[in-house]
Amino acid sequence: MIYEVFRQERKGQPLQHAGSVEAPDRAFADVYAREQYGRRGESTSLWIVPRDAVIEIDDFVDELNRNYHRVDGYSLKEKLKEARERAASAKSADAFSAGKG
Amino acid sequence: MEEEVQKTLLEIADDELILGWRDSEWTGIAPVLEEDVAFSSIAQNEIGHARALYELVARERGTTADALAFDRAPDEYRNSRLVELRLLDWEKTIARHWLYEQADAERLERLKQSGDAEVAGLAAKIDREEAYHRMHAKMWFDRLEGQPRFTAALEELRPLLDEGREEHTPELGELWEEMTMVRRSQPAGTKW
Amino acid sequence: MTEREQAFLEYVQSGGQVEASDWMPDDYRAKLVKFIEMHGNSELMGVLPEREWILRAPTLQRKLALTAKVQDEVGHSQLIYRVVEDLGKPREQCLDDLISGKAKFHNVFHYPTKTWGDVGVIAWLVDAAAIISQKALLKCSYSPYARIMKKICWEESFHILHGRDVVLTMMNGTDEQRELVQEALNRWWGPLMQFHGNPIPKDEDPMYIWRIKSQGNEEARQQFLDGYVPQIWELGLTVPDPKLRKSDDGVWEYTEPDWDELRSVVTGHGPKSQDRLDLRRRARENTSWVRSIVLARAA
Repeated sequence: MIYEVFRQERKGQPLQHAGSVEAPDRAFADVYAREQYGRRGESTSLWIVPRDAVIEIDDFVDELNRNYHRVDGYSLKEKLKEARERAASAKSADAFSAGKG
Repeated sequence: MEEEVQKTLLEIADDELILGWRDSEWTGIAPVLEEDVAFSSIAQNEIGHARALYELVARERGTTADALAFDRAPDEYRNSRLVELRLLDWEKTIARHWLYEQADAERLERLKQSGDAEVAGLAAKIDREEAYHRMHAKMWFDRLEGQPRFTAALEELRPLLDEGREEHTPELGELWEEMTMVRRSQPAGTKW
Repeated sequence: MTEREQAFLEYVQSGGQVEASDWMPDDYRAKLVKFIEMHGNSELMGVLPEREWILRAPTLQRKLALTAKVQDEVGHSQLIYRVVEDLGKPREQCLDDLISGKAKFHNVFHYPTKTWGDVGVIAWLVDAAAIISQKALLKCSYSPYARIMKKICWEESFHILHGRDVVLTMMNGTDEQRELVQEALNRWWGPLMQFHGNPIPKDEDPMYIWRIKSQGNEEARQQFLDGYVPQIWELGLTVPDPKLRKSDDGVWEYTEPDWDELRSVVTGHGPKSQDRLDLRRRARENTSWVRSIVLARAA
């Protein structure tokens, strides 16, 4: 049976997929994962999972470009330029009329 | 450190050295690649334990761990008969591993009670590493239990636990020859 | 080449990464399997010249280091064969093909090791030559392989230090120890120069075209010479090639390696090829009962 191994290098870091070992059961998988991914103390934590317990998802559909909930759905440059120019000219108009009055 | 304590430490060190040497013979040719890696760590741990024990005794005697490990004559080693045999059959290797770990656990328990704090401390450290060895031995014992060749191996090897440490088989001499050949090729004190 | 294959080629050539479950052209998959399998075979066979010396290591520290080095190499073969298996070729079949001679392993592992001098020279220079190729593989278009190369390169870093430590200790030791190093270097130089393969131009090398390799053979060899010849010379060692020199434009010149020897050796006619394959076969037969219990599949 193939067991997938996830390892955490240091506390606070995410667990990442590191590889796989072949083993007949949990006891062997524990020993073998420990050895391949931790014999130098290079991991603080390992998760081992039988391969067939892993569900793989790699088809994501976004046909209608749903960008309203992503950063790239917001282009503020032009609006900001227009708003700044409007505020700047309003300020100088006030100053002008203030100066006149 | 009392002479008796030194003697005990050397016995354990010699056991771990010779067993580690024998176990390292599987590196590269073990039954399964994953197991090859695992068993090699066990062999390295054993050599490491031997080294730590030799270092304690070496300090008392004004010598080095390497000198104790390599520079004695074969008949001066005090390892058990069980560890000096070359056992390149997996069922025999595992049988030895199982038998040795159990006997060693008892021995370490006694050593942890030593009046000498350093000895007790080292015994505790070694024991914590041996926990992994015991887990590994049990894992294989559970898998091989009931296999006729494994049962036969256990029966054949069990008596060797009680055999004397003063006399050795020719196998120890052969191992010693190979173990020391490079070291003996240059004068004592040469660095490698 | 079909349109889909052409698109794939452009994808990998512009840095695209491929995963195990992605579609890939048959030729890409076949070349990948053959290349990666040979690497796995090499790690496994590379163990054999060195393991003899585990039993003869002259200090406890060297014993531990050498055992750990060889252990790493077995571990690497495990990582590599897992990648091959996920590409469709089971480990047991790889081992069958290795033992029968159908599949190859790198030239350097077909030669004998004769002294403790070899132990130092191999760990220092053979591992150095291998690391150069391995670093280039970090950019392999096939990601599962690129990822294990990261772990492999990280572990190899201690191998070279260990090798250099062994050599330096001997060079600072007795006259006989220095002779052992020089004599070993004399024997290993030829195979080292052949190691990176004959200088086929990058764009004619399918491995490079598919971005499995990211470096040409000659580039790797030049990198090796540039990095390590100065290190060899500064110890007072000589390289057994009177033509070896760095030209003014930075290119190393050397006597043309014996490519016939390389071809002969990798097809199983090296001095130790058959002995070592026999050892593998015997070890495997001796332990097939263990696999049938532990792996629950045909041993």
